Amino acid sequence: MTTKRNAESVAAAADFDKLNRDWYIDKAVQVLVFLGGISAIIFIIGIFVFITKEGMGFILGDFSFTEFFFSQNWRPTSENKATYGILALIAGTASVTGLAMLIAIPFSLGTAIFIAEFATGRTREFLKITVELLAAIPSVVWGFIGLALMNPLIIDIFDVPVGLNVLNAGIILGLMAAPIMTSIAEDALKAVPDRYREAAEAMGATRWQVIYKVVLPAAKNGLLGAVLLGVGRGFGETMAVLMATGHAINIPGSVFDSVRALTATIAAELGETAVGSPHYQALFTIGISLFVITFIINLIADLVIRDVRKG
Amino acid sequence: MLATKQQQADNKMMAISTTDLSLWYGTFQALFDIKLDIKQGIITSMIGPSGCGKSTFLRTMNRINERLDYVRISGKVDVMGQNIFAPEVEILQVRKQVGMVFQRPNPLPISIRDNILFGHNIHSAGKTGKSEEGEIVESALQQVLLWDKVKDRLDHKATALSLEEQQKLCIARLLPVKPSVLLMDEPCSALDPKGTEAVEELLWDLRGKYTILIVTHNMAQARRASEECIFMLMGKVIEHRETGEMFLTPQHQETADYIEGRYG
Repeated sequence: MTTKRNAESVAAAADFDKLNRDWYIDKAVQVLVFLGGISAIIFIIGIFVFITKEGMGFILGDFSFTEFFFSQNWRPTSENKATYGILALIAGTASVTGLAMLIAIPFSLGTAIFIAEFATGRTREFLKITVELLAAIPSVVWGFIGLALMNPLIIDIFDVPVGLNVLNAGIILGLMAAPIMTSIAEDALKAVPDRYREAAEAMGATRWQVIYKVVLPAAKNGLLGAVLLGVGRGFGETMAVLMATGHAINIPGSVFDSVRALTATIAAELGETAVGSPHYQALFTIGISLFVITFIINLIADLVIRDVRKG
Repeated sequence: MLATKQQQADNKMMAISTTDLSLWYGTFQALFDIKLDIKQGIITSMIGPSGCGKSTFLRTMNRINERLDYVRISGKVDVMGQNIFAPEVEILQVRKQVGMVFQRPNPLPISIRDNILFGHNIHSAGKTGKSEEGEIVESALQQVLLWDKVKDRLDHKATALSLEEQQKLCIARLLPVKPSVLLMDEPCSALDPKGTEAVEELLWDLRGKYTILIVTHNMAQARRASEECIFMLMGKVIEHRETGEMFLTPQHQETADYIEGRYG
């Protein structure tokens, strides 16, 4: 009797160690999910290593810090003396992005405030879908609009010789960046607890006072994050900017000057260069600079937004 | 004729007086022909099981319920002798006159000082001088017995205060606009016993200056902290009497059952 009971309990104990199919599936899924999780990190490190490796020869060789960042002469194909100054390209990118933000910030904040605070039911759903649809338009389509629609329009309205300029690219880029900024800004406004609005309204505040004095201050980090993401988008955008800026190396004196962006330079020239040549490596160095700039902007945006969630 | 005059005089004594007040959330009727007269200058408590409509009634008194667009209201509500649903009435003025304290303390995420000045600033036309602002802040915080505790950190965020202090601040910020009625929706339910006691003491202090209408789930609180008591059930007023009497000799079976804890 006793022995039999012992045998039973031993058998039961042995069951705990049994690795059945479910155990293996569970382990396999764990590994897969983990790989998926860290793949983003692996890719980003991989990309950074790759562009650094390609650009390194230039940085260690012909690279002159002062020339690269403070000269406006980008003449990589010059026969006698090639120069690699990206100041004008930086100015091009910065001016287009700056103008784009001037246009996108009021639009996106206005839309976000309307969607989050005023619109209800159908209107709100319709608007949200429309904004998301706007974000899905390929950048080459935007570039096409800049080239075919805005260009003659700007020439007509402002009576300038060229319509492919800072103004054109700034408007196009502003419209491109606005949807994502709207989405993030709307999330930030939605994250403001409703009891704040209720408290303010119960004291007799008008809708506008509630928004201006309570909701916007409470959401300010999230809104800043939205703007920074828009800036990051602006710096990184290539195709539309390539098509709408006029692609002329130039430090702009007015919005009607043509410029050239950092990204557009890489896109336009990389295919024409010999792999490993100084020109090729200089383009990769531009890539490194862009990578670092957008990385920093996104990081700041992320930290700022995270701060909102905590608060 | 004489009777009407007498009636008018009575109405003047009333801080809140409702006739045939019904309210629907969409198709759900939450209040049924409520007729209530709430006296000026005393503390009236409202008790009843969850969902009996006491919070709804409270939230109708400063029209904050109308934030929800599916709310429909019929009947008449007079606050200090004025119909708050009259077409010419400005909703913001109603809310200035009738302050509200919520179940969960909800100070705005700005400084203590700005919380106190919020109501004042939105209701005063011109700019207020610095020294006058200082006086307003001090007097409001003195009234809720918070001044000594927070006077050195008026610029700190109000949301960093303890729950009890937050709730007192929420009461204090109503005072600068000189409301006549204070509505309190379970103001102590988020507080510990010590905080509850402190807030109750404060209510007792404020009584007389303001008409206070307090919703509570805590019958002991209703008993010790109010002069009149209203018992509601299923959207109807069952009983409205002097608090001591109601708890000693309830007139209705439902009231007796509820205060003896047989349901709710």
